[in-house]
Amino acid sequence: MAQQVWKTLEPRNLELGPHAPDGGEGELGSWKHWKLRRDEDGILWLLFDKAGSSANTLSQEVLTELDDVLSKVEQAGAKGLVLRSAKPAGFIAGADIGELRDAKNATDIEGRLARAHAVVDRLDQLRLPTVAVIHGYCLGGGLEIALACDYRIATDDASLGFPEVLLGLHPGLGGTVRSIRLVNPIEAMSMMLTGRTARARRAKALGLVDAVTQERHVRGAVKAAVAGELKARRSNLLVSLFRFGPARALVAKRMRTQAAAKAPPAQYPAPSALIDLWEKHGGDAKAMQRAEVSSFAQLVVGSTAQNLIRVFNLREKLKSLADGKWDGKRVHVIGAGAMGGDIAAWCAWRGFTVTLADMKAEPLASAVGRAAKLYDKIAHRRIDVRDALDRLIPDVRGEGVRSADLVIEAVPEVLDLKRKVYAGIEPRMRADAILATNTSSIPLDQLSEGLRRPQRLIGLHFFNPVSRMQLVEVISHPKAAPEVLAAGRAFLGRIDRLPAPVKSAPGFLVNRALTPYLLEAMVLFNEGVKPETIDAAAVGFGMPVGPIELADEVGLDICMHVAETLKAGLERKMPDIPNWLREKVEKGELGRKTGKGLYEWKDGKPVKATEVATPTGEMTNRLILPMLDVCVACLREGIVADEDTIDGAMIFATGFAPFRGGPMHYARQHGVADICATLVRFSQRYGERFFPDAGWNKLTP
Amino acid sequence: MVILGCVSVIADEMNPARIAALRLGMGEAMPAFTVQINCGSGMQSIDTGFRYIQEGIADLVLAGGADSLSHSPLVYSRRAVEWFAALAGARSLGARLKAIASWRPSMLKPIIGLERGLTDPIVELNMGQTAEVVAHVFNISRRDADQFAVESQLKLARAQKDGHFAGELEPAFDRNGKTYDFDDGVRPDSSVESLAKLKPAFERPWGKVTPGNSSQITDGASWVILASEAAVQKYGLTPRAVIVDSHWSALDPSIMGLGPVLCSTALLKRHGLTLDEIDLWELNEAFAAQVLACLAAWADPVFCRDVLHLDGAAGVLDRGKLNVDGGAIGLGHPVGASGNRIVLHLINAMKRLGLKRGIATECIGGGQGGAMLIEAV
Repeated sequence: MAQQVWKTLEPRNLELGPHAPDGGEGELGSWKHWKLRRDEDGILWLLFDKAGSSANTLSQEVLTELDDVLSKVEQAGAKGLVLRSAKPAGFIAGADIGELRDAKNATDIEGRLARAHAVVDRLDQLRLPTVAVIHGYCLGGGLEIALACDYRIATDDASLGFPEVLLGLHPGLGGTVRSIRLVNPIEAMSMMLTGRTARARRAKALGLVDAVTQERHVRGAVKAAVAGELKARRSNLLVSLFRFGPARALVAKRMRTQAAAKAPPAQYPAPSALIDLWEKHGGDAKAMQRAEVSSFAQLVVGSTAQNLIRVFNLREKLKSLADGKWDGKRVHVIGAGAMGGDIAAWCAWRGFTVTLADMKAEPLASAVGRAAKLYDKIAHRRIDVRDALDRLIPDVRGEGVRSADLVIEAVPEVLDLKRKVYAGIEPRMRADAILATNTSSIPLDQLSEGLRRPQRLIGLHFFNPVSRMQLVEVISHPKAAPEVLAAGRAFLGRIDRLPAPVKSAPGFLVNRALTPYLLEAMVLFNEGVKPETIDAAAVGFGMPVGPIELADEVGLDICMHVAETLKAGLERKMPDIPNWLREKVEKGELGRKTGKGLYEWKDGKPVKATEVATPTGEMTNRLILPMLDVCVACLREGIVADEDTIDGAMIFATGFAPFRGGPMHYARQHGVADICATLVRFSQRYGERFFPDAGWNKLTP
Repeated sequence: MVILGCVSVIADEMNPARIAALRLGMGEAMPAFTVQINCGSGMQSIDTGFRYIQEGIADLVLAGGADSLSHSPLVYSRRAVEWFAALAGARSLGARLKAIASWRPSMLKPIIGLERGLTDPIVELNMGQTAEVVAHVFNISRRDADQFAVESQLKLARAQKDGHFAGELEPAFDRNGKTYDFDDGVRPDSSVESLAKLKPAFERPWGKVTPGNSSQITDGASWVILASEAAVQKYGLTPRAVIVDSHWSALDPSIMGLGPVLCSTALLKRHGLTLDEIDLWELNEAFAAQVLACLAAWADPVFCRDVLHLDGAAGVLDRGKLNVDGGAIGLGHPVGASGNRIVLHLINAMKRLGLKRGIATECIGGGQGGAMLIEAV
């Protein structure tokens, strides 16, 4: 196979200088995570290859070793130093998050940070010219290390950024000081406040890197850098301007407003801490560096950062569920509706050859149109759009089912229709193919009846919009084979989605938890509370959108259908579906898709009144606590295996207040007894539906 | 391997066969090449694949034809190109000024690539003019041509309505969410009266060839899969037809429209067949007058004796067996694709009508003709 040609040659592509298998003298020292060699031009190449890890991250051990390495470098009398990663996927991904977890003592953290800073400062102060060669990801602490070098050379695929804010932190290894000294401080602050990454070309335009080249020219670029021949672009004027306090004060005001609009400072303190840091100390590097350390330490022991670190770990945990091996290459999607079309588009984007089948040609055409729009938005190169569209194959006659490794059924939620589809495709499917259904409401054991190979049926329940909602519920039923479920999870890993294993039961986990939330909002609406107030209650808690807006987004018809299914299928008491809601659905006022629902919708946004009553804490509890109650019920019923899965699923499928660490975590932090007491009180005042589930008593302390 | 007939290759996509092969997911290891014999390109790809398989060089060949005449470029004149080259090569300020000074406004005038492509450089006649020539020597009238065109359009309209292209025509989807699922050149309301109103397209004012009785200039593509016996077994394929033979003839470019007569007759002779013994015909409708001239040639004893070396007239080709579902007049003639399409449609029509033996043939700009003798299985 010609594929073998580049496969054989690719390992040579990464330019490692004297560390190449056949190059250079021996090691200049012996370390666990670092290798140091001198090349024939007298340049030292320092290779970071973290032991036992596929990605380079900075841990205390790594930095302690680096300190020792730098001693060697100082004595070596070399022409220059190149810092490079040996990991194929990227430079350095950041600090070892594990070391920040459960941080409780700010002084402790400050001490650790100060020691780390000393090492990085030592790198910065080396006399010889230092060059960081960056490929792939260069994030957080990794970028901070690169900034401590004199020059940065990036390859085309490099991606630089400060994602600390997404963990409720800001850079803590000197990044705040060094970035504003190197590039336009406004741009630097923007990167740190948003966590957005800059690709190689943009990084060069900003001055964050001094050259962008390809692996085949790294050697030449390194030599040029060491010889002082790289013409770096510096924003000296702007850097100098923002040394003045008043200049920073002016901009800081606007930054605060923008940050607050995105995330309330009370819930997410990191952005304002960073802005304060910059405003106060932006003109004095040494003071700023000291203040950075203490600001970071304060943030990391706070509940938001700890909870966001928890969320990061929840994500890693769910990701690890996708660790198995599954080599499938072809996916066949049946049903080119809103979900089917978008699932197909996403799979094609992630490299699968996808055949998309539908009974009519028009849905196929709109699916292709939507896919093209998505690809245009997320692709960095035109040919990536072309290639993804090439992989998305409209399949009018459903031919693709014969050679598919995975068939995803996404036809309307009608049992007989789905059964008919299965009867038609099962004889044509490969015996080793997976049959996955995207059903949100039909029990899988009903769907598995009549199948010749029910063990190959699983549920893969995607959320809307597929490209942004990372969570997918992986639904099992009694006849499902474990290896098929594992293959389904592995497939999700390959399309960069997070699997949440759930047993087949009405509403699975997420829809079941959201329904009382949405229905209680209708009850409040019925009681005369304005929809804007109801939504504010939920958003104030930390939900990304309020229940009224969410119901309109999803579609009142769909909400009603889900609610009816759950009411029928579950024992639990739920608020009745109000008649006025049925009437609205009958009238065709379905929400966003029809321009009117509970809100009026204009240009895809709800028209909300600006002056509304402030919601009460009681209102918030009435909305949120039933969600927690359902989570507990699902745990008790064994529908989900553990609390972490519940928290991860709710956060990544609904955006449940990440800074609270998830519904179960929030319940524990708040106090289980208190929540139960409140639920009992509510059941007396508002109705049986609030009575706490038996599972609360069974929670392990 | 992958072989694609394509005439209007654009600079952005050199060797479109290879680009198509890679974009179809055939893998880096799949050799692919593009062939060009003007209008015969889409049939040449099949013929080349057929001969490679016969020779044992390949077992499975994807043979196609494609052309996007709407993407024909506008071209700078030779003078303009030389001016650009002079400017680019100027090294000193003086040379640069001299180059700039030699610019003339006439250099802006573009050459319409399509126009040049459809003009034969040896005899300096465009394709439509060659149709006028053959119409003249075989006494084809304007009315005859219009009548043929109307029948062709109506056959196409009915074929579309009756779903004769299901399974043959794949809907295309563009990235704006638009569907293209039928050939929109069809004019179901064609009539001799409406066609009579059109002016001659190529030789005014007395020409007989009009836009209404000529093939349309369009975009299109077609693929067929060719397999050896071994490949049929190995992959469990269900063959639709067998290629029995092919033939290419050449003649004076100014009467290229008669190409089909020469190559088809050669096939008939070689296999001891008469016109009537062919169950179904696809004769590409480059121009209605040209098709009619071919039919007239076969009915002409002098032509048959002196040119085709037959004993007498070959016969009158049964019009009921010719282009039964319409042709290029309604469907368009994307130059490199047509040869492939008429072979494909011949096979599908034979299967549908339960017929066995067919010939697909076309005239070729530059003075050639290509024909394939096909048997349905």
